Amino acid sequence: MSSVSDPTRTGRSRRFVPPRIDSRAQTLSLASRKPLAVVGMVILGVYILLAAVGPFFVADPVTTDPANALLPPSLEHPMGTDNFGRDVFARAVHSARLDLTLGILIAICAMVIGSAVGVVAGYWGGAVDETLMRITDIVLAFPGFVLALILVAVLGNSTLNVGIAVTAAFVPYFIRLTRAQALSERELEYVDGAKLAGNRPGRVAFLHVLPNSLQPSLVTATLVAGWAILTVSGLAFLGVGIKPPTAEWGVMVSEGARDIDAGHWWTSFFPGGMIVLAAMAFHFIGDEFGGREA
Amino acid sequence: MWTYLGKRLLVSVVTVAGILVVVFFIMRVLPGDAAAVRAGPYASEEKLEQIREQFGLSDPVPVQFLNYARNAIAGDLGTSIRTGGKVTEELLVRLPASLELAFYSVLLAVAAGVPVGIVAAARRDTWVDRVARVAAVLGSSMAFFWLGLMLTFLFFFKLGWFPGPVGRLAITTQPPETITGFFTIDAAVAGNWSLAWEAFRYLALPAVTVGFVLSAPIIKIVRSSMIEVLDSEYVRTARALGVPGRQVLFRDGFRNALVPVTTAIGIIFGYMLGGNIIVELIFAWPGVGRYAYEALRVNDLEALQGFVITVGLLYIVLNVVIDFIYSWIDPRIKLGQKVVA
Repeated sequence: MSSVSDPTRTGRSRRFVPPRIDSRAQTLSLASRKPLAVVGMVILGVYILLAAVGPFFVADPVTTDPANALLPPSLEHPMGTDNFGRDVFARAVHSARLDLTLGILIAICAMVIGSAVGVVAGYWGGAVDETLMRITDIVLAFPGFVLALILVAVLGNSTLNVGIAVTAAFVPYFIRLTRAQALSERELEYVDGAKLAGNRPGRVAFLHVLPNSLQPSLVTATLVAGWAILTVSGLAFLGVGIKPPTAEWGVMVSEGARDIDAGHWWTSFFPGGMIVLAAMAFHFIGDEFGGREA
Repeated sequence: MWTYLGKRLLVSVVTVAGILVVVFFIMRVLPGDAAAVRAGPYASEEKLEQIREQFGLSDPVPVQFLNYARNAIAGDLGTSIRTGGKVTEELLVRLPASLELAFYSVLLAVAAGVPVGIVAAARRDTWVDRVARVAAVLGSSMAFFWLGLMLTFLFFFKLGWFPGPVGRLAITTQPPETITGFFTIDAAVAGNWSLAWEAFRYLALPAVTVGFVLSAPIIKIVRSSMIEVLDSEYVRTARALGVPGRQVLFRDGFRNALVPVTTAIGIIFGYMLGGNIIVELIFAWPGVGRYAYEALRVNDLEALQGFVITVGLLYIVLNVVIDFIYSWIDPRIKLGQKVVA
């Protein structure tokens, strides 16, 4: 440790940087202050582009072509072909649409439900709070993956049920976060002001306290979108929820796992890599904008 | 201390009761026809009737719940449709395999995550820190199943450094006599070093797979709590007094960052219990996760339910243990007080 006497190392005496107005300068400063967030946004942008327009340009994801089975990556098939002769890249692009949509929708639904329940618990307090939080604690005693797994097992295999089950597994995190925020928020003066102005409790809770309690949940929602993709594809890998021949990353890795001992690594390497890269993009963004562990 | 223990036990009992209720609700109330889920899609009407009879599914729901809760408390988690054996016994036989894998995975995660977190905090905002943070993001974005497959492909199929994914030992190897259920320890106790080494080699790939994922939250928590400690006044005082940097970092710094690290270990153990289904499937590991996977394939809901309850119970036990560790590593924390980590 050479710089004991260097005052800038304490982190408190940083030079004051005046806010910039010029939008170009702002973008640049985002890139220099939060480079990882920018990396995440770029990756995510590419994914969204792939998901939105990609399916119109690539081959059909389920048509088989046994004559061209298990071709290694080439210019014609950038990710090779699988056991049934399907183009891995085409399937991966179609999966991007399914997995990204699921991941983002699950994060949004979990945040909406979780923060609504959380604000009820935090704002009203008392027995309502106690009951809701006990239930939340019990649900949190199950690892999210296991909870989602048994929910799909009893609800039945369908994409909708996977969405419902994974959402249910993530809701408790948002309940906790929003409740904690609402607890401190309700003591602030604007809440008294809103009450004095004659707003009914429900209106104060949902229109005044809730919007001000959302910030930590928004950050967590970014992380949850990544985790949701991991959970959905993990379930699909186990054969739960989304089933072959649907083009889905987890399904593809599961199918590709059978080819790997013969040296055909590309059928599982690329779709799995797409999962990890997508989850990383969400994490980079979430982490840089005040990422706290849920 | 004893009143705390009593209180803690009471809370745990309530949570256990809650777990039983939640599992019952999911397993019996949610599906439209619990018998149909158990029997599979092609069952005849007689078969359904037989299953309703066998599992008491035609009883009123409260009666069903009481029967189920009474049995569960007595340690009877029902009978598996798939194997015909008692679920409790089958889980207990498989538990040591899962715990051994979990133990070494967490050990690896701590051994890797703690030093990386400390160095990242000490060299904050440098490239070292950046690399550590990217590693942490990579770990928490990692798909168990993909990493497991790729490690197997690389280190078994391509390089041949580690044995293939066939379980805890080679199929022809006789396992050591059971003492703890941990093959590595049992073999060592028996003095059979080559067997212990073999057990380690089979553990390596699954443990690295899980350990890599688990090291991510440890890096993050060690880094952020070390930064907080390093900014504190007592560290500044120690430095001003001329205590060598390394000593400040490890003696004054790390010891005070231990409490959040313990919390992290608790969290990741819970996380690991969920991921072990996938890892045990890939590596043919004969633990509870693989048991749950096999139950899942044939809609063996009794066995699946037993697995879920076991996971919930382990998590509660773990939390109690961690509470005691807190008071041991930091004497300022008295049992029963909330730990502000």
